[in-house]
Amino acid sequence: MGENLISVNNVSVNFDYQENFISKKQKIHAVNNINIKIKKGSFFGLVGESGSGKTTLGRAILGANKISSGNVIFHDDERDYDLTNMNKQDLKEYRKKAQLIFQDPYAALSPRMTVRDIIAEPLEVMKITNSRQETDERVRDIAAKCRLNIEHLRRFPHAFSGGQRQRISIARALVSNPKFIVADESVAALDVSIQADILNLLKQLQTELKLTYLFISHDLSVVAHVCDVVAVMYLGHIVEMGPSRELFKNPKHSYTKALLSSIPSIDPENRSEAIELKGEIPSALNPPPGCVFRTRCPNPGIDCKGGEITMGLTEVEPGHWVDQCCVL
Amino acid sequence: MSHLLEVKNLDVKFDTDEGRITAVENISLSVDQGEVLGIVGESGSGKSVTAKSIMKLNPGNTSYNEDAEIILDNENVLQFTSKQDLKKIRGGKVSMIFQEPMASFAPAIKIGAQMVEQLLIHKNINKDEAKSISINMLKRVGIADAEKRFNQYAFELSGGMRQRAMIAMALSTMPKLLLADEPTTALDVTIQAQVINLIKDIIKEYQMGVIFITHDLGVIAQVADHVAVMYLGSVVEKGPVNEILKNPKHPYTKGLLQALPDINNLDAPLSPIPGNIPSPLDRPTGCVFRTRCPHHNPEGKDGKIEMKLIEVEPGHWVDKCGIQCGQNG
Repeated sequence: MGENLISVNNVSVNFDYQENFISKKQKIHAVNNINIKIKKGSFFGLVGESGSGKTTLGRAILGANKISSGNVIFHDDERDYDLTNMNKQDLKEYRKKAQLIFQDPYAALSPRMTVRDIIAEPLEVMKITNSRQETDERVRDIAAKCRLNIEHLRRFPHAFSGGQRQRISIARALVSNPKFIVADESVAALDVSIQADILNLLKQLQTELKLTYLFISHDLSVVAHVCDVVAVMYLGHIVEMGPSRELFKNPKHSYTKALLSSIPSIDPENRSEAIELKGEIPSALNPPPGCVFRTRCPNPGIDCKGGEITMGLTEVEPGHWVDQCCVL
Repeated sequence: MSHLLEVKNLDVKFDTDEGRITAVENISLSVDQGEVLGIVGESGSGKSVTAKSIMKLNPGNTSYNEDAEIILDNENVLQFTSKQDLKKIRGGKVSMIFQEPMASFAPAIKIGAQMVEQLLIHKNINKDEAKSISINMLKRVGIADAEKRFNQYAFELSGGMRQRAMIAMALSTMPKLLLADEPTTALDVTIQAQVINLIKDIIKEYQMGVIFITHDLGVIAQVADHVAVMYLGSVVEKGPVNEILKNPKHPYTKGLLQALPDINNLDAPLSPIPGNIPSPLDRPTGCVFRTRCPHHNPEGKDGKIEMKLIEVEPGHWVDKCGIQCGQNG
């Protein structure tokens, strides 16, 4: 198991939900029984519509959400961290090694702090550096790696465009020298030309700093471009997972197929009708029993329509896993 | 035949504390009945300002140039000043669909009441008729339980449903021109596909003209007949959608296409357009794109070439400076 950085074993995350103070408490099944292994140095993609549980899973892996059952193991060089029972000291250590880049670079940066202070804050909070001089050195170092100029450090975030702000967020996430980065929709708020720039930067930093990414996105063409391995989520379940080229060339699950056909083609002559999914993603309060996708599936079999087939991934080709309902 | 909408030499300027900002400069566009004009560009390129000018919805510090004309249905919208006249275009002849449907419905008024209200303003009908028109329209855009939804609030609907309701509301007055400002940007791809198909069907059915604003070239390729590419307030290239996407001439259009990840060609590198979009406060003189142009010619670099669209092929217009640059690269 030496080559995995993160192992997620049978992880479920539930939230309590109460509509008002007299109604019954219910459980929202945000993430159900997820098993993934993230290899060291990989670019792991997580795709799905809003409400599919991608962000919850990402936060669970960072220890920012409580895990209801199962466990997440972070395999560091010297030791393993088990996120489900971790003491405060370990959690602090873990936070240095796993960091998050947010979606909206306009909301993620404090308008009252200079760029230098924003990037330096993690170092000060985590007490990584001992002197101001050392802090400054590391801030300058990471800023240069993220292609920010030294004179930018004295300014405030309002002076920067979206792409530059996202580079500041990346620098802040990387300053503590982490090994694992969760990028949650980190390019969704950017224009295409800037999006390409940030994606290239993330790729470049990955090789330079030996990073491992969990890249959460709803944009399949972006994921197809940057990720090595992709997992497709729907209503808290992974319905298909595999090497990205294999998965995009040869999708097996009807949901993946529908998602792929929904991407508007850039070719005006190719106005093929997308496989239109009826309706919307059901509520996670009472997901359909059996295959969760069957209420929207364009070609359900008799068995899965009745909800008699339970969710579970089957390996159809080496490394390519598909939910069994769609394989049968 | 005269066009349904014709925008001629439009400049839009805003007076701000930091000075006068040129948001849109010298734009000319036209839309025919049953035609979809796509406007693409990055944020800050003036797409929305152009659309809002057609309804005169820009804020009070806006000034338009004297010789500009926005001819809608043989009337110059820019000459309208009275409330009565403006009412005719706002919601009557022209309707708008916004990006964020949650922000465009009033949160504390039922959806049905909002639909009825605008129908009563624009049509000479009573409340019951307005209600039945609204419910039929909700059904038309594919909302199940239209009677129930009619009595609900915007927060009770999901994102896709809200956008459908927004479309139903925009269409119920039977406008001649529909302005769709990033109507699918906030939606998931599967819902986006549903909404795009719906808009296409409705255009066919009602034969209205549409201006479809988006930054997504894929969406443009799917819905538009003609495209105008905007950069920093100017149209740098315009023409039939096929021409623009298959045979782009301007370096900015080419750059946008190269920056787009293509799922059918995963080996192509993503090449960003270098630099950042300049602040409209220091808009470059001459060719607005010259500060970021990868292969500017010496004269274009100095800003000596005035912006001017030239027809390179029938219906395909490209900025003068961009033609030369495009040939170099």
